[in-house]
Amino acid sequence: MSADWSVDWGADRSSPPQRTRRTRRVFENVFSVSTVSSVVASLIFGIAAHLWPIRVAAQSPSQPKQPTTFGIGRPATPAEIAALDVDVGPDGVGLPPGRGTSAEGAPIYAARCAGCHGKTGKEGPNDVLVGRLPGDTFPFARDARAPKTIGSYWPYATTAFDYIRRAMPPDAPGSLKDNEVYALVAYLLNLNDLIPADAVMDATSLPKVKMPARDHFVPDKRGESKTPRRSKP
Amino acid sequence: MKVSRRALLAGAAGAVALGKTAVAQSSAPTPDPTKVRGKPSRALGQRAPMEKPQRQVRGGASSGTPHQDLYGTITPADLHFERHHAGVPEIDPKSYTLLIHGMVDRPTIFTLADLKRFPSVSRVHFLECSGNFGGRAGSAEITPQQLAGLTSTSEWTGVALATLFREVGVHPKATWFLAEGSDAAMLTRSIPVTKAFDDALIAYGQNGEAIRPEQGYPARLFLPGWEGNANVKWLRRIELSDRPFMTREETSKYTDPMADGTARMFSFLMDARSLITYPAYPVTLTRGWIEINGIAWSGSGKIQRVDVSTDGGATWTAAKLQEPVLSKAHTRFRHLWNWTGGEAVIMSRAVDESGYVQPTRETLIASRGVGTVGYHLNPVTGWRIKADGAVVFKQEQWG
Repeated sequence: MSADWSVDWGADRSSPPQRTRRTRRVFENVFSVSTVSSVVASLIFGIAAHLWPIRVAAQSPSQPKQPTTFGIGRPATPAEIAALDVDVGPDGVGLPPGRGTSAEGAPIYAARCAGCHGKTGKEGPNDVLVGRLPGDTFPFARDARAPKTIGSYWPYATTAFDYIRRAMPPDAPGSLKDNEVYALVAYLLNLNDLIPADAVMDATSLPKVKMPARDHFVPDKRGESKTPRRSKP
Repeated sequence: MKVSRRALLAGAAGAVALGKTAVAQSSAPTPDPTKVRGKPSRALGQRAPMEKPQRQVRGGASSGTPHQDLYGTITPADLHFERHHAGVPEIDPKSYTLLIHGMVDRPTIFTLADLKRFPSVSRVHFLECSGNFGGRAGSAEITPQQLAGLTSTSEWTGVALATLFREVGVHPKATWFLAEGSDAAMLTRSIPVTKAFDDALIAYGQNGEAIRPEQGYPARLFLPGWEGNANVKWLRRIELSDRPFMTREETSKYTDPMADGTARMFSFLMDARSLITYPAYPVTLTRGWIEINGIAWSGSGKIQRVDVSTDGGATWTAAKLQEPVLSKAHTRFRHLWNWTGGEAVIMSRAVDESGYVQPTRETLIASRGVGTVGYHLNPVTGWRIKADGAVVFKQEQWG
């Protein structure tokens, strides 16, 4: 039987699936289940209506309450989770073992990244990655041309590791080894004057890098105001 | 009566075997369809040959819905807008899985068949890319598709995310979840758990059929009323946590610099907006009665009212709303207007059930600054009718 048994199962859909399947298998070669159900229901309600007409009228059949769980799906093993769980949090949770320096990152950047992001990370044609603004100001609402670089706009250094490892370079995403990603991140942070040239980036040091834009970010509150809502758009 | 060569050919094709010439001919309109037997039934329908609506492809990463070619509120699935960050992946539905783990009692892997075994729900909702504003392009010759093509409405079918979260036993202290796609960008966004227990879906159906590849086949996250990017397509993994993950898409992108020197993040809500889809560029009007019509929508709920102005915003009249008005869905509005000639500017302004009024460009800039960039721009827009009836976009100056 295909897995779409629930589609025509109606009121009994929320029953535990194993029992439901067996029940249906017993009946399906004789009558459709709905036919059997309605015959049984007619008998019961017919007798009941004869004996207690008023009470039965109030007890029309209704949908069963949805159970909390259905027992669908299978447990994920720690190995299966580890194979997919590649995200890195702003606190560094998820950063893998390994390390890298700016010097190690420079040749990787030149080979894998410079074609899209420019020789020094400032030239494009794709996202400009390098550059601080004088005094680390945050002029982006005033000036649409102010470049949103890692140094000027990104609030967390960990994001660079997470994003490069999962999505870069576009012609071979996921191909960089963890040490290469650490090295690239160190190179880009150093070009942005966020870490010294000889700094080693690893799971301990990367979350500690202070990002100038960090304190400018605030959560959106638009949806929380009371009706009628005329807050700033 | 003169009988055309084409009619003769088509008639002959019915009696004899269908030759290549006859097949090619049969796709052109016949002069008198009552005199020629029509086409037989076929397994898959097609549009009438003369109807050729197209998405507007913008680079390789997005394409917009042709609002000017559509009626009503449901977007045909093959014209639903698309936006992706590393192309549209090809995913085998037989090997597809969704992993839910993190702060849960029972980390679980669901197959596509598993997802379809859960109680299902179908809801009509719009989806909109938060970068859906083409009004700063510096041209008056833009269509509704170019102005706002990155929104569409579908009937989405799937399993309520709340059902899955109960199934895996989400911890009471879990406040955020990461949604991750299985495209080459492995796109990730952090979503508040409250949205899951409000109205989020894992959708596998779109307008009655399997969701299209561009919309996340075989299954995607759907967050009614929230910016498109957060509705992670090709969903492969959900991880529950007690803090957001600060992914690239929610920090360096999809954040909104504000005039007060902050940058708003997790700005999920798509605020109310309206768009006149007729008349609009490149239409040329003739004098007489015209039904101005368009679509309005809001991520906060139902559209309560759409005001239409035919005098550049000096006076406004409430348009007729096509029932049923659905929550967080495109709503068709209509307004009768007798154009007697002369220049005019027609505009629309949406009001939603939260009381939010679609802002003007000035209001937006006061809040966001003149340098405001591409996200969450929903200003009142209009079309300029020239004296000769030509319709062009009413341009406004942006920073």
